[in-house]
Amino acid sequence: MTPQENALELEDLVMHFGPVRAVDGVSLTIPRGRVTALVGESGSGKSTVGRCVVRLVEPTSGVVRIAGADVTHLSRRQLRRHRSDVSIVFQDPAGSLNPRMLVGDIVAEPLRLSRRRLSRRDREARVAAELGRVGLRAEVARRYPHELSGGQRQRVSIARALISEPMLLIADEPTSALDVSVQASVLNLLADLQRDIGFACLFITHDLSAVEYLADDIAVMYLGQLVEKGSREQIFARPAHPYTQALLSAAPVADPERQRQRQQVLLGDDLPSALDPPSGCRFRTRCPLAFDRCATEVPAQIEFGDGVAACHLVQPDGTRPDVRAAETNEVLS
Amino acid sequence: MTTAERTGTPSSAVEAPVLEVRDLSVAFRTEGGTVSAVDRVSLDLAPGEIVGMVGESGCGKSVTAMSIAGLLPGSARVTGSVRLQGTELVGTRESVLRRVRGKEIAYIFQEPMTSLNPVLTVGRQIGEVLQVHERMSGRAARARAVELLSLVGIPSAATRVDNYPHQLSGGMRQRVMIAMAVACGPKVLVADEPTTALDVTVQAGILQVLRDLRDRLGTSILIITHDLGVIADVADRVVVMYAGRVVERAPVTDLFAFPYHQYTAGLLSASPTPGVHAGTQRLQEIPGLVPVLSTQPDACTFADRCPAADARCREAAPPLEAVRPAINDHVAACWHPCPAPRTHVEEATA
Ligand SMILES: Nc1ncnc2c1ncn2[C@@H]1O[C@H](COP(=O)(O)OP(=O)(O)OP(=O)(O)O)[C@@H](O)[C@H]1O
Ligand SMILES: Nc1ncnc2c1ncn2[C@@H]1O[C@H](COP(=O)(O)OP(=O)(O)OP(=O)(O)O)[C@@H](O)[C@H]1O
Ligand SMILES: [Mg+2]
Ligand SMILES: [Mg+2]
Repeated sequence: MTPQENALELEDLVMHFGPVRAVDGVSLTIPRGRVTALVGESGSGKSTVGRCVVRLVEPTSGVVRIAGADVTHLSRRQLRRHRSDVSIVFQDPAGSLNPRMLVGDIVAEPLRLSRRRLSRRDREARVAAELGRVGLRAEVARRYPHELSGGQRQRVSIARALISEPMLLIADEPTSALDVSVQASVLNLLADLQRDIGFACLFITHDLSAVEYLADDIAVMYLGQLVEKGSREQIFARPAHPYTQALLSAAPVADPERQRQRQQVLLGDDLPSALDPPSGCRFRTRCPLAFDRCATEVPAQIEFGDGVAACHLVQPDGTRPDVRAAETNEVLS
Repeated sequence: MTTAERTGTPSSAVEAPVLEVRDLSVAFRTEGGTVSAVDRVSLDLAPGEIVGMVGESGCGKSVTAMSIAGLLPGSARVTGSVRLQGTELVGTRESVLRRVRGKEIAYIFQEPMTSLNPVLTVGRQIGEVLQVHERMSGRAARARAVELLSLVGIPSAATRVDNYPHQLSGGMRQRVMIAMAVACGPKVLVADEPTTALDVTVQAGILQVLRDLRDRLGTSILIITHDLGVIADVADRVVVMYAGRVVERAPVTDLFAFPYHQYTAGLLSASPTPGVHAGTQRLQEIPGLVPVLSTQPDACTFADRCPAADARCREAAPPLEAVRPAINDHVAACWHPCPAPRTHVEEATA
């Protein structure tokens, strides 16, 4: 596949904040029009990856390519050319919308910043159309953010992100702050818009059910690194890394009978710190299957099926133990 | 309890309930006038029972929980009754409440970071609770703190007891909060969104701790959450709230299998089910916004968003009552409840 067919390419991305190794060597490709979910524990570096992509921060090392163009170290001015290629929706709709601006101006802002000049009437028409697309009435343009509900505010930030028709959308936990019923409407909206417009999307979340609904591919992050990548089908049906397996078994299902029959893997919650990550495999301090080699040797990325996993116990033919099985030394294939 | 509640008592409450809440209403005095937050809520907690409370943001879950624990600010006007082992708490003198609070009823907040004191070791903080309520010596309190930390699953408790909160992960801090809450062996533990800030692998551990407490100490737990998965995991019974009122109450399996209230049904179908929504099926939405409670005293508060609502729903508030006489521990306040599937009727009469 040629680079231009990829909306996003990350090569060995590293982002350190002083001693904090927030992102430590992440490689990831998102083809145009596809949705990749980035899941993982709180503090594992997911948002930092997103902030590197939209260049809110400058990566320590590695490469960020958007539609084939290297944007890793571009200056603010140079970035302007790429601004309409990528947009971001933040977790907290209240905090990311300027409270003193009218909704209409908030949504129109990316248009003002882009080089194309539009007349005021054209701009208002675009804003009204965009608000309509996210299910809001055009009158909402004349309101302030605090006059809207949480779900409506999140729709406004989606409208702002999509008005420049980006090729790539970074959605950083767009539904975590919302109620279940409001969550559903935002997820439906994202799915519909993605199908209609065809943008690529990096969907950052810790909600695995939302991932299953929206994502084509899944990347699992642990303490600054990717431990597993693969198609949605493969990750859900045959997760290879013990952390992915634990994540899947820990997410409760809303069905008491099924939930109570499930085997849960209880990991210790002595989470290691990004200041001083464990030697070898970073997951080993919580992994029920860890053995000597995990402390001394960093596991290689093993390719199998349509994915990769970084674990000493995963074989190139995809054979691996499953921490969810009662007999932990039983090997599944 | 001498008179059975009109709406039916839970079948699991063979023993007298530890906590009885009757017609609890809470209103706040604000600059813009009086805001009604909780409207005639009733619920029971049997000994060793875990009751889950769900409902949309702003529907009054935290206010209900805080009024049970006596933690509301002075601007709150509380009416109705909260009885702990027969003792009335509403309108009771502050000096009496202070003894109950922390000792008999403990409360865990959503934010473990903000509710722990950053400049004291966790051992000191747990110890203080024991010294105040149990009159323990400093030595004894410290030893008990170590025991409590291991009870809530903190490894190397003897070392951790000397840690400051910032040296612990979010999950461990929440465990410390639980250790502090159960230090005096409370009869009732109120946990307000205890896992919302945590990720699923850590959440699973915390829920296990709550279950252990119930099993080992017989603590009754009221757990508040947005997450129906959490309810499905730990609750024995569920209370569903909407706009300040209880709209449905049922044993957990009944509620999930046969929701009666249209809001409950909407809530259940709105949450994505792993394996079902894999890129194909749409998620169900509940259209519209949560109403302001005080505006609709004589109507079903869900009517404006309900697919089944008619004129009657807008003229009279439906009472909370058993939907079928045979199943008296499953109550709902709905004029047009979802039809029960055949199997349910058969099970109920079998
Ligand atoms: N500006 C910064 N300065 C110092 N440390 C930072 C900064 N931004 C992030 N970090 C640290 O980097 C790590 C990764 O943070 P990040 O926000 O990317 O995690 P996350 O996976 O998005 O977590 P969450 O699920 O809680 O949002 C954390 O340890 C965080 O404290
Ligand atoms: N001190 C207060 N003064 C005035 N109104 C209040 C006060 N505390 C809460 N309220 C109002 O009471 C209602 C119920 O709030 P509550 O915190 O119980 O909601 P909740 O169900 O816990 O919501 P969430 O899921 O968002 O935590 C809300 O409308 C809220 O604005
Ligand atoms: Mg984040
Ligand atoms: Mg609350």
